[in-house]
Amino acid sequence: MHKLKNSNNMGLFIFFGFILFLISNRVDELRVYQGASIAVFVIAIASIILLTGYSGQVSLGHGALMAIGAYSATLARNELHLPIVLSFFIAVLAAAIGGALLGAAAARLSGPYLAGTTLALAVGLPSLANQFSILGGEQGLTFDVGFPPMSLGESFTQYKWYFWISGLAALISMWLLSNILRSRYGRNWRAGRSNEVAAQLSGIHTGRSKILAFTISAGIAGLAGALLSMTIGTVSPSAFPLALSFSLLTGAVLSGVTTLSGVMIGAVTLVAIPEIADVVTNHIGSSENITTNLPGFMVSTLLIIAVLFVPNGPVEAHRVRSMKKLAKKKVNALTKPSMEGNT
Amino acid sequence: MMFQLINTFLIGITAGSIYALMAMAIVLVWRSTRVINFAQAGMALLSTYFGYEAMVHMNSFWIALPVAMLGGALFAAIIELVFMRLLVKRSSSGHIASVAPIIATLGLLGVIRAVTAIIWGGQDVRIIGPVSNFGYTLGSEVLVFSPLKLLILLTVVVLVLLLTILFQKTNIGLALRASAFSPEIARLSGVKVDLVRTLGWALAGSAGAVAGMFQTVNGNGTFSPDSIEFSLLLVSGFIAAVIGGLESLVGAAIGGLLLGLVISFVLMYVSSSLFFIAPFIVLLIVLFIRPQGIIGVKADRRA
Amino acid sequence: MTLTVSQLTVHHGAIRALNEVSFTLAKGELGAIIGANGAGKTTLLRTLSGLVKPTHGSATWNAHNLLKGKPEHLVRNGISHVSEGKAVIPELTVAENLELGAIWRRNKKESSVSQSEIIEIFPRLGERLSQRADTLSGGERQMLAIGRALMSKPELLLLDEPSLGLAPLVVEQIFQTIRNLTTSMGLTVILVEQNAMGALKIANTGVVLNLGNVAISGSAPSLIADPLVRAAYLGY
Repeated sequence: MHKLKNSNNMGLFIFFGFILFLISNRVDELRVYQGASIAVFVIAIASIILLTGYSGQVSLGHGALMAIGAYSATLARNELHLPIVLSFFIAVLAAAIGGALLGAAAARLSGPYLAGTTLALAVGLPSLANQFSILGGEQGLTFDVGFPPMSLGESFTQYKWYFWISGLAALISMWLLSNILRSRYGRNWRAGRSNEVAAQLSGIHTGRSKILAFTISAGIAGLAGALLSMTIGTVSPSAFPLALSFSLLTGAVLSGVTTLSGVMIGAVTLVAIPEIADVVTNHIGSSENITTNLPGFMVSTLLIIAVLFVPNGPVEAHRVRSMKKLAKKKVNALTKPSMEGNT
Repeated sequence: MMFQLINTFLIGITAGSIYALMAMAIVLVWRSTRVINFAQAGMALLSTYFGYEAMVHMNSFWIALPVAMLGGALFAAIIELVFMRLLVKRSSSGHIASVAPIIATLGLLGVIRAVTAIIWGGQDVRIIGPVSNFGYTLGSEVLVFSPLKLLILLTVVVLVLLLTILFQKTNIGLALRASAFSPEIARLSGVKVDLVRTLGWALAGSAGAVAGMFQTVNGNGTFSPDSIEFSLLLVSGFIAAVIGGLESLVGAAIGGLLLGLVISFVLMYVSSSLFFIAPFIVLLIVLFIRPQGIIGVKADRRA
Repeated sequence: MTLTVSQLTVHHGAIRALNEVSFTLAKGELGAIIGANGAGKTTLLRTLSGLVKPTHGSATWNAHNLLKGKPEHLVRNGISHVSEGKAVIPELTVAENLELGAIWRRNKKESSVSQSEIIEIFPRLGERLSQRADTLSGGERQMLAIGRALMSKPELLLLDEPSLGLAPLVVEQIFQTIRNLTTSMGLTVILVEQNAMGALKIANTGVVLNLGNVAISGSAPSLIADPLVRAAYLGY
């Protein structure tokens, strides 16, 4: 049964990939680029959901972990001249190691302490780029994955290449994640989230389980970071500001932190926000202040609205609503005959 | 050599006194509502803009400071009344109930930052300190320590004393402490706990405002929504509060001073580009060695 | 001046914690509410002080509707509630805990007068005024909790399981003090207790709760004499 479900899933993901491939041939360059950004955000948000939704920890340090991934991939590519796939692998590995270290600290903390600690990391780590000359300081480093292979044809553009790479990476990571979450580890995380003491009493090593969650989450974030710097073409401290960590958190809350299935909602929203902000500012013909700050305003406002009104995400809210409806129907169906019998 | 040591110490203690104020603001909010207010630095930023406006119109720091304090207190009180109470009502249960306040205050931080940038623009604006920031001379050498730094230090000491007296010796302080430790017993003793919570936020807003104003004039006198001064305030305030054990105002003050000194010495004797990562390392060390804070009682950090 | 509770019903979610509970208590009387664990004793007390909202029913004291007010208004209407489990704030000193009881008065002079009265009742507290409450023994904490409640000069005192977790000798002492509060100070007291015998011995009247219902009520001696009550609650 379990096996069957997984292979079904595999098919589903391959189907998704095919659809994406078809779409990428139909739309213009900007949309393809946005598609690549969405794929990057899907990965990054999934890493947050894994951590927050499934293991009950809040990290604001994922921007920093993404930076670790981005810098490692760039160094692997520029200094060691490794192939793309391998440099992405290095990114995952490096960020996972960083995540494991952070997770070891995190397992002893929780709630506000963890949030504050990771916040300090997010503020602090990118500035390390200025400390070591190999990291290129404020300007950063160029990250070049190279041209698309000739075999894909003359008309195959650079952006489409980015989109393919990040799209594929997104599909693979989602497939991996959804399987991990269904495994024993996923169950342990959920147990630890809902009641840590009870989980400990039933033999789950919650500390180790948390570190594992942090490690996997960080590895995925590292991949997202490497992909992000691929789409930008460079890696620099300014690409990983605190605002990025906030955006990811917003994306995760919008997607609903308790399930992976809403992850597209958050990713699309994050990519759409600058565009919507653009439309709004064009419409009301406003000052430069508004133009530059409206996206940030919208992200934060959405975060607040989401946490106030759909704290468990729209998917969960919908599920609860339909469950209630179903329950009502069932109750009605059960009580009707007996009521008739009484009268 | 000796001279540099003194200089570093005095820089550290001044910066630390500002972190201390920020940490006290965070402790005040934590004790009154059990929320770490990550928007505290944002509130300080907004209050500093209030102070800036007063400066523009009245041209006096000594008017600007109370204006910022009052504005900060009012804004914080409104946030608690409207926003935090709604939050408690809406998301006190469910999977992310424990992290909802964290997420919400972060969202608030983002909104405040964006709104201040929309209103006042992203460019630097200037607040002129009330006294000179040129250092005193010691023999033939010029210290970094200036009349302004002395003033900051003295003002913070006075404020810390006032807050401590308020907390330890007055009925308001007793109500604040009782509501923090046991809301039910406080309520049954006739304390209007909701009002006390709002008051706690207002006091914190006010303390944060002073921190923001001083952080600005202690730096180069200018600030903007993106100033690193305010990112530093955000992180340092939190770290200082944790060093102090989160529960105690005195602890927060000591935590702030310690942090200021550590950062100052690291920058002087290790490397100046460790500016932002040094606080993080300090935090990790504190959390590993003495997670209950330097004067905190043994409490569970997981709660 | 009486306390009148009538048809009080409280739900905890779908569970009915109290069902149409009615009783009266005259001024200066000590009424014991007894019953097993989960009978609704604590819920009854918490409803009277506004901590729990009832589904329906009424409760009045001095023609004052108890169910409408917020808990923080309780002391202003002359009522003090000592909640279950030695209700003191351990982080505060003994003196501060006492002060807290009179905090709503805003009149420091008056509260220092009552503090000396409390120390007369509980001399042990006087020796420990500057100590933190968490350094006290269980009995002393219970004295402090009652002392704090008395600081607001109540006419009606609601006590929730003051004997809980205390040594028999200390229980005896606490009960004697409660008795004295009614006889010498004229206080009206509702005493919620699992220690049914101890409570009924010092009470004027008693109400026996069972699963949220009033099983039986009457004068304390009559309850002690009742064979059913003896069998079910007094253990002989």
